[in-house]
Amino acid sequence: MNRDKLLQLMRENKVAVLSALVILLFVLAAVFAPFLTPYDPKEMDILHRLSGPDAAHLLGTDEGGRDILTRMLYGARVSLLAGVLPTLMSMLLGTALGLLSGFAGGVVDEIIMRIADVMLAFPSTLLAMLIVYTIGGGLTGVFLTLALVNWAGVARVVRAETLRLRGSVFVTAARSIGVPQTRIALRHILPGCIPTMIVLFTLGVPSAILTESSLSFLGLGIQPPATSWGLMINQGRQYLYTAPWCSFAPCVAIMLIVLAFNFLGDGLRDALDPHLESK
Amino acid sequence: MSNILIEAQGLTKEFPAGRGKKVHAVTDVSLRIHEGETLGIVGESGCGKSTLGNLLAHLLPPTSGRLYVRGEDVTDFNDRQFLKYRRQFQMIFQDTGAALDPRMTIRDIVAEPLETYRVCPTPEATTQKVAELLEAVGVSGEALPRYPHQFSGGQRQRIGIARAIAADPALIVCDEPVSALDVSVQNQILNLLGDLKKSRGLAYLFISHDLSVVRYISDRIGVMFLGRLCELGDTQDVFHRPLHPYTRFLLDAIPVPDPRRRDDKIELMKGEIPSPVNPPSGCRFHPLCPYASEECRREVPAFRDLEGRMVACHHPLKISH
Repeated sequence: MNRDKLLQLMRENKVAVLSALVILLFVLAAVFAPFLTPYDPKEMDILHRLSGPDAAHLLGTDEGGRDILTRMLYGARVSLLAGVLPTLMSMLLGTALGLLSGFAGGVVDEIIMRIADVMLAFPSTLLAMLIVYTIGGGLTGVFLTLALVNWAGVARVVRAETLRLRGSVFVTAARSIGVPQTRIALRHILPGCIPTMIVLFTLGVPSAILTESSLSFLGLGIQPPATSWGLMINQGRQYLYTAPWCSFAPCVAIMLIVLAFNFLGDGLRDALDPHLESK
Repeated sequence: MSNILIEAQGLTKEFPAGRGKKVHAVTDVSLRIHEGETLGIVGESGCGKSTLGNLLAHLLPPTSGRLYVRGEDVTDFNDRQFLKYRRQFQMIFQDTGAALDPRMTIRDIVAEPLETYRVCPTPEATTQKVAELLEAVGVSGEALPRYPHQFSGGQRQRIGIARAIAADPALIVCDEPVSALDVSVQNQILNLLGDLKKSRGLAYLFISHDLSVVRYISDRIGVMFLGRLCELGDTQDVFHRPLHPYTRFLLDAIPVPDPRRRDDKIELMKGEIPSPVNPPSGCRFHPLCPYASEECRREVPAFRDLEGRMVACHHPLKISH
């Protein structure tokens, strides 16, 4: 894709560009957190606990007297990583297995899909708890867990797409030409799955952020005093009537990032669709 | 006659239809295609024409029967073993919109056979060759970076033909290549196929339900009914003197443009086409045939040589109309 085309696409899809900027902003804020705030995210200040937003604490303080804005910035590191990294991992795993399943068929298909069935049959939080217990908590444990919980859904959808595309006339055409199987899979079927994969990714990121917060709330994920947005919402839950700002800020942040990912996904899908290009 | 390119002997394909039933898509079909020859296959929708095309192109394994390519039995070859012949058999399709990958540029689509068989040493040479192929089928070189949906059906079929001839095949299986096109575009495509046949010595298996199209392009013609070949012979012979009653019905059903030349006495086929899941005993055409006898109900007619062509009928027509 050349530069003119990219610029034109960006002009046509202002919402997606804006979403990308929002995501970028969050990422930058998370990376440069220490330079953006004078406070330490872990240091308690009991005298100023649960104080409302004012000039010193723009978003108020939590039950430990810690600056909420500061904790938001540091929490963004965990939340963004927990949203993106495990989702990428589960996409990779799910796509590879789904493609293999749909393409190979027979016993291979049967085995992969039955494993996926088992994964999908468990309530996802329960499954996540089981895996976290087994492989241990902490950041790595949570990330691996999120990846292992979500691949099955991806594999299912990619397999369905593969089966649909495998029956299409252009795949028969490729077979009649003599194109090798692996090349058919990578050149004709995988690109056809990409729009679906983008949608799955944009749905997967927010759900991973939320699952991470549930795990952290249950004490299986991020351990206090470290924090994530999900953990902040859950900790603020107790003070919802007396100090609503504790939960409010991370809620808005999650909402913004979820929306931004969804809009960006829509835009990317349109940009990658050759049918829409000429319009 | 020139060399036999491909030969089918008793080719049969059955598809499972659930609960132990089978669809008898193609039954006991024997035919030969010679080098540089166009064999037309006509028949109604669902008579197994396309399945036959896929069987002959070695894209479907037959249930029984043998398939020979240049005298070698390739029936049980897997894809890898068949690879040495793969290049010689290419296909073009009816649905031009679906036959080209919507996510690939025209350059990449036509380059696919060239890359598969490493015809050109460099990507630049491949692009050059693609442009030449497109020119040979009457598509401008400006098409290279564009996508299939930006072209009309006729243009897309030309691109499909460019892709089919790219690997220099000996036979192209044409599965209803003009059925979805306007009549004027049909003529252009048929003429293009005719020209390519002459300049490249191509053979065609031309599948269509349109008798006039098949008559125009074919050297020989095979008539199919419910998975079986009824009649197979030179196009002129079959059109002027049909020997099988079903062929006669098909020819009679061609609309005559001039009202004064219309024959009011022609018999039209009565009744429904039987189902391929449960085909009639004996001759599959007997429920619809005015000449059917007890023998037709009981015994499958042999596909036999009669007056220089092959016919499967107990009571072939004696005189033409």
